[in-house]
Amino acid sequence: MELALFVIFGAVAVASAIMVIVSRNAVVSALFLILTFFCLAGLYVLLNAQFIAALQIIVYAGAIMVLFVFVVMLLRTGKEARRGYRLIFQKSMGIIFVVLFLLLLGSITLTVAVTGMRGPYTAEAVRHIGNTQAFASVLFTDYLYPFEIISVLLLAGIIGAVVLAKRKR
Amino acid sequence: MRVVTPKLSIIDRIYIPALVKGLYTTIKHFFMRRFTQEYPEEKRKPFPGYRGLHRLNKDHLGRVKCVACYMCATACPSQCIEIEAAEAPWKDREKYPVKFEINTLRCIFCGMCEEACPELSIQLTYIYEMADVTREAFVRRKDDLLATNEFWVLKEY
Amino acid sequence: MSPFWIDLIIILIKVIVVMGALLGGVMMMAIVERRGAGFLQERLGPNRVGPWGFFQPIADGIKLFFKEEFIPAQAHKLLYLAAPAFFVFIAFATFAVIPFGDKLELFGRTIQLQIADVNIGILYIFAFASLGVYGIVIAGWASNNKFSLMGGLRSAAQMISYEVALGLSIIGILMVVHSLRLNDIIVAQTHYWGYLPRWNIFVQPLGFLIFLIATFAEVNRIPFDLCEAEQELVVGYQVEYGSMKFVMYYMGEYVNLVTFSALIVVLFFGGWHIPWIEGLAIHPLLLALLQVGAFVVKVFAFLWFFVWVRWTFPRFRYDQLMRFGWLVLLPLAIFNIFATGVVMVLIP
Repeated sequence: MELALFVIFGAVAVASAIMVIVSRNAVVSALFLILTFFCLAGLYVLLNAQFIAALQIIVYAGAIMVLFVFVVMLLRTGKEARRGYRLIFQKSMGIIFVVLFLLLLGSITLTVAVTGMRGPYTAEAVRHIGNTQAFASVLFTDYLYPFEIISVLLLAGIIGAVVLAKRKR
Repeated sequence: MRVVTPKLSIIDRIYIPALVKGLYTTIKHFFMRRFTQEYPEEKRKPFPGYRGLHRLNKDHLGRVKCVACYMCATACPSQCIEIEAAEAPWKDREKYPVKFEINTLRCIFCGMCEEACPELSIQLTYIYEMADVTREAFVRRKDDLLATNEFWVLKEY
Repeated sequence: MSPFWIDLIIILIKVIVVMGALLGGVMMMAIVERRGAGFLQERLGPNRVGPWGFFQPIADGIKLFFKEEFIPAQAHKLLYLAAPAFFVFIAFATFAVIPFGDKLELFGRTIQLQIADVNIGILYIFAFASLGVYGIVIAGWASNNKFSLMGGLRSAAQMISYEVALGLSIIGILMVVHSLRLNDIIVAQTHYWGYLPRWNIFVQPLGFLIFLIATFAEVNRIPFDLCEAEQELVVGYQVEYGSMKFVMYYMGEYVNLVTFSALIVVLFFGGWHIPWIEGLAIHPLLLALLQVGAFVVKVFAFLWFFVWVRWTFPRFRYDQLMRFGWLVLLPLAIFNIFATGVVMVLIP
């Protein structure tokens, strides 16, 4: 059951990620990106990280991608915009980077154990203390410093937005 | 003219008392008398001077009053009246209509024909229910117009 | 039968019951909205079909079912067809975590009256509610109509703005309750302050107000129905939709309405809790059923409130909507979190 779900979510995530690049229509690309995020959230749920899954959907699929779609919908995505570019340099560089990336991926999967390290928060431990609590206890102790830096950054962003909105016309 | 925006007090600026007041107003109307007339069962009473379906009046001998003078057809702004005159079989007038048609689909119910008529022959009644399913049914012939007359006498609004 | 199959059957029954109740709620709302509108305007509203006009939604449904299926020539066909389906799917899926009653003891089994008891219930609802906007935005874009596009754009901007206030307004509750599970939130509200039930509306009045206002924006109801705005945008994103595709939007909107009414009841009005009933000796099965009834009554009270508000207030202008969301609701929500924190520190 869990394996089947993993395969489905993983396959859909990879396929839609490819479709993001392949698709000619910018809006369709954006929608495939949302589907990718949704599948990633599904994978998080399979990893017993419901909290992060919900955040993934709320923040990425529900907020950021709405803004993306908002902007992309206003673009003029006719066929004429794409005509007349050969992109020889970009394409050749792209092929080189793809080969390098596949080599890197292959070497890592062959040499390093795929499962990785076993941390203190196993599925049982998370179930015991609760998903949100486990997340919060790490976030507000070990990772407090980056958390505070990010929050100051976001606060600056919010204040900037409010100042722009409040400016007298 | 300069529009002066009134200075709002702090209670007005919260808006919530105003919202509650608005909700109170609408819910008050919830319990008030309903003005709906349930039409097919409950007919509307036309006001005096209402201009509905046409009729052709008859005189005391039961003959059509119309003398085919074409005044109504001339006055009609939508030109919906079609009259064909013939020599009258009676002594007291020269002409009478053999054909008198009113296309009620063209008619705008302005009442000009009624005002133009020297004999008080054509009149607008209070009948407002004239729905039908064919175009032909809306072209009202002389007999229909005379029948409307009798219908009108019988029916009380 | 093995326990797995019994559990599966119980879940299926719950899903069917909830789906049926939601569809029934949609039908109820269709008639209550129209007759309520009539009554508030001193009219009668539709009263011909069936007793008290009760079968009007069925008549409407049959009429819409036999209307012509229509796809605009320049539309993006797949997305145009997928958008209403997505919208209605999200609307139904959102309800899955709402607890509509306490535990039910039946044949030695404890049945949780809730489809899915997720430990992050509130976040699940927000996640799915935030996805619901795509049904509108995609419809607006895919039907290739300027009114639709305007409706979709307005909806996107409005949803993002008000979701922030919506999310922040309940943080006060989460701070008091220490849980994201909806059942825990209800259980926390079953205590008393003297004779007053400790419902969250009394604990978090400001949070309730912000949540209520933001909910109107979230379900596109009238003070904030900018994406429909029939006077300016015809009906916005729905312009090119007819027949059953229109019904899907209609249905989805009302299901959203039911879900958010239920959410308000769960978060602020004690969910299935009936105050002062613990002292009475009532058979547990009867009590559970009574609690489900109480939940339904509370939800319907809020559904009526939505109708009432719709026929009372005018629509916001678009710039007013944005200014209100960002410059009034957001600071108030943050202030609410701050005040809750201060009170919690002062009164342990």
